[in-house]
Amino acid sequence: MRTMKLFGWCSFPTWQTDVEPILGQHSYKQDDFFPATAEEKESFIEMKQSLSYWQDAWRRLKKNEVAMISMFIVIVIFLFAFIGPLFMENDYATQVRGDENLPMSWDHPFGTDNHGRDLMIRTMFGARVSLIVGIAASLIVLVIGSLYGAISGFFGGKLDDVMMRFLELIYSVPDILVVLLLSTVLKDPLNDWFNTSTSPLVKSFSTLGPSLISIFIAFGLLYWVGMARIIRGQVLMLKQQEFVTAARALGASNARLIRRHLLPNCIGQIIVTTSLQIPSAIFLESFLSFLGLGVSAPMTSLGSMASDALGGMYSYPHRLLIPSFILSVMILTLNLFGDGLRDALDPRLKK
Amino acid sequence: MIKFIAKRFVQAAIILLIITCVTFLLMNLVPGGPFLSEKSPSPQVLAAMEAKYGLDKPLLVQMKNYIVDLVQGDLGVSFKMQKNRPVLKIIMEMFPVSAKIGVIALIWAILFGVPMGSIAAYHRGKWVDSVLRVVTTLGVSIPGFVVATVLLILFGTVWKVLPTVGLLSWKSYILPCFSLAFYPMCYIGRLSRASMLDVINQEYIRTARAKGVSPRSIIFKHALRNSFIPVLTYLGPLTAYILTGGFVVESVFNIPGLGRYFIQSILNRDYPIIMGTTIFLAALLIAMNLVVDILYKTVDPRIDLTKGGEGA
Repeated sequence: MRTMKLFGWCSFPTWQTDVEPILGQHSYKQDDFFPATAEEKESFIEMKQSLSYWQDAWRRLKKNEVAMISMFIVIVIFLFAFIGPLFMENDYATQVRGDENLPMSWDHPFGTDNHGRDLMIRTMFGARVSLIVGIAASLIVLVIGSLYGAISGFFGGKLDDVMMRFLELIYSVPDILVVLLLSTVLKDPLNDWFNTSTSPLVKSFSTLGPSLISIFIAFGLLYWVGMARIIRGQVLMLKQQEFVTAARALGASNARLIRRHLLPNCIGQIIVTTSLQIPSAIFLESFLSFLGLGVSAPMTSLGSMASDALGGMYSYPHRLLIPSFILSVMILTLNLFGDGLRDALDPRLKK
Repeated sequence: MIKFIAKRFVQAAIILLIITCVTFLLMNLVPGGPFLSEKSPSPQVLAAMEAKYGLDKPLLVQMKNYIVDLVQGDLGVSFKMQKNRPVLKIIMEMFPVSAKIGVIALIWAILFGVPMGSIAAYHRGKWVDSVLRVVTTLGVSIPGFVVATVLLILFGTVWKVLPTVGLLSWKSYILPCFSLAFYPMCYIGRLSRASMLDVINQEYIRTARAKGVSPRSIIFKHALRNSFIPVLTYLGPLTAYILTGGFVVESVFNIPGLGRYFIQSILNRDYPIIMGTTIFLAALLIAMNLVVDILYKTVDPRIDLTKGGEGA
């Protein structure tokens, strides 16, 4: 019934027509007064599938065309990097005599380099290294940053003060300088370790080389700061809420509160920050590789391929352009996908 | 205010000291001294050299000596690349070249980035905005070396209108400075678009509009000043980017600056140069952050800096 409030205390119907059917003489049927059958009851409740957080986010993400296209391209790059090498004859390190400096052809879609190595398989491995570095570095950031932020925000007070001071200190350390320094310093000790150790895990590290290890270390030391700040802010907000009090009243320990209640509630923020960390780690890795401080030969990465191609840049521009293009597309789409993910997981942040 | 500056100054000095100590220790923990990678000298020569450079003393004594020397402006001498030349002299010789390019790129980034953002905000939702958004999104996703090398290929083989190597005339500054400025320019563009849209929704803008000020004048006069604040906070990271981006740009364009030299010294393991340059660049960055903090406070008196870095 439409009503209009006049002075706040009295209200009256605006249109006569709304009232009439109610007042009118009406034809109630006999069975209108019997209890509803189960069938009828069912039809009363308007069934709308209740959506979980993830379904809701996925629904929003699907509507975002840019993010979906980016996701598709990211998947294609993933397939290219991880499945692609299965279909190639040669390994990334195989040097074929007499096949040096070939142009692009059917046998070698991206040509070969001056050692007779097929550039397509090298590009695949380069993309693989970039992706692995990006994901691994982001996971490091994820673990350290969210724990640090959660602890700092949860306990508050003096501890929070001290932890935040420490965080500011780290924030003002020039990061690239530290990465360069670490990769210089760690080179020999790590190489020794690789050569002497026999465990397969270490061996798999050693194909990446000491510079990448120092990138990981640098990420562990420095780059979690942003994540820690975000999580701390979230935890500060969340810990005031009733469900935390309730959990505490039920006897949950601090560790359980953080693990089971606070961090899961920051999950959207955590995923978004982590996903945006991936392209920035790839960016950093390519920068270092380009300067000659990245993966150790014969393993390659997109940055070091570009760096290798620098010498014959004018004669063989495609050697430089292909890895550069893939790298740029990779960073671009990961950034766009991360943005889309943010809009989907945390609609409040959208501007 | 003075108390704040003093506090920040002390903080900066402490950070610099920590960085110096850590750098020194890291450099000295490397197994095998700097002389080992050369053709192995006889033990007597090695001992003589170690005595000469003070490497035979205990580590902490060496560190103390290094810091005392550092305060007096002595960064030691180069081991390899320019044997026995003082590191400070090398830095002072190389740095002006880098600084020139860096400052041009910095000014370029701000001078083009802020108007780009303001124009995009002014034409929000129109095609100008879309074009600028595509450009800036690309700009923050393409690594600096890709921009630099693609420009090099284009101008080196296709167009041949600008010099691609060295720094002979003013024209040769265009490509390096552009490739250095491209990323920060796009970043600033995005930043200032967002902050402009924030500012536009504030009351004083409505007042100005109600007074009959033209939209153009509102954006470029009233709103611009306040939307500049986030850009100002970006100046610290911007300097860091330009310094490190300089490593790449100088290497690609063959510019004899400090950045390229630093990378070469890392590849050659000339420890005193690595240490000296690291400390020098770190000091520069920390000083820049200090300046930005103070500027920030001066520009916007609403910001309370005595409460630590919460809002920053």
